[in-house]
Amino acid sequence: MAHFSEILVSFFIVVGGIFGLVGSFGLVKLPDTMRRLHGPTKATTLGVGGVLIASMLYFLLFEGKLSFHELMITVFLFLTAPVTANFIAKTYMHLKVKPSELPETSTEYGWAGYDDPPVEVTEQSEKK
Amino acid sequence: MIRKIFPHPLLSVMLTVVWLLLVNSIALGSIVMGLILGILTPIFSAPFWPNRPKLRNPLMIMEYMAVVLWDIVVANISVAGIVLFKRNQDMRPAWIMVPLELTSPEAITVLAGTITMTPGTVTSMVAADGRSLLVHCLHTDDPDGVRDEIKNRYERRLLEVFS
Repeated sequence: MAHFSEILVSFFIVVGGIFGLVGSFGLVKLPDTMRRLHGPTKATTLGVGGVLIASMLYFLLFEGKLSFHELMITVFLFLTAPVTANFIAKTYMHLKVKPSELPETSTEYGWAGYDDPPVEVTEQSEKK
Repeated sequence: MIRKIFPHPLLSVMLTVVWLLLVNSIALGSIVMGLILGILTPIFSAPFWPNRPKLRNPLMIMEYMAVVLWDIVVANISVAGIVLFKRNQDMRPAWIMVPLELTSPEAITVLAGTITMTPGTVTSMVAADGRSLLVHCLHTDDPDGVRDEIKNRYERRLLEVFS
């Protein structure tokens, strides 16, 4: 049984490690910033996820107690990682991407980084 | 009166649970401390969320999380394949415009975060009037298909969660 537990824990560590490695390799291999942004999303989801599952299993199977810190790490990662990615994307677009290279929005207003919001919306938010 | 003490019951419960998870024990002392935090924080932070959306359909929230977790695993494997085995010049990255039916800022934030966390797509910008999202896709032969999948898999479910 202990043998089986060890194999299970190692399996998740290896899976996490592989996806972390592929994510980092993507950073080196992909040619431009927007495409490179896709690497870290892999490393933070399955890469970290695999290690966290392994950690929970280890404490459950070997120490006999449930550990919930891993769940909190997952929650905090899912809250913060998209914000960082969005900031990097926006900064890059401000510096390198022209609005003409992007698809049109579904309404007459352009993308937030290049165009002003509708006037009535700003007035409403100022009143609040 | 009860509204005054518990302006946001769900937030109170969540804060208490998060505190217990952080302490990693269910001793009486940590429950009391968690309850104090859970009751005081919503009272003091109430001015920051004047028009919070109502969450409904808790079953759909569970289904949404399950769908997202499953998609993360599937997309991870397919994107790993693209990164490892596709030459850079064969890749067809694309900007995709996703028109939104969601209106509340919280719901749009959840959708944008979900799109970023599923590998292969990154939310880059929102339209000035908040009616569309700009998504960057690592590699796709069918930009319209990606857009429809985002709308069918995620937005449809979020529409049922946020009223």
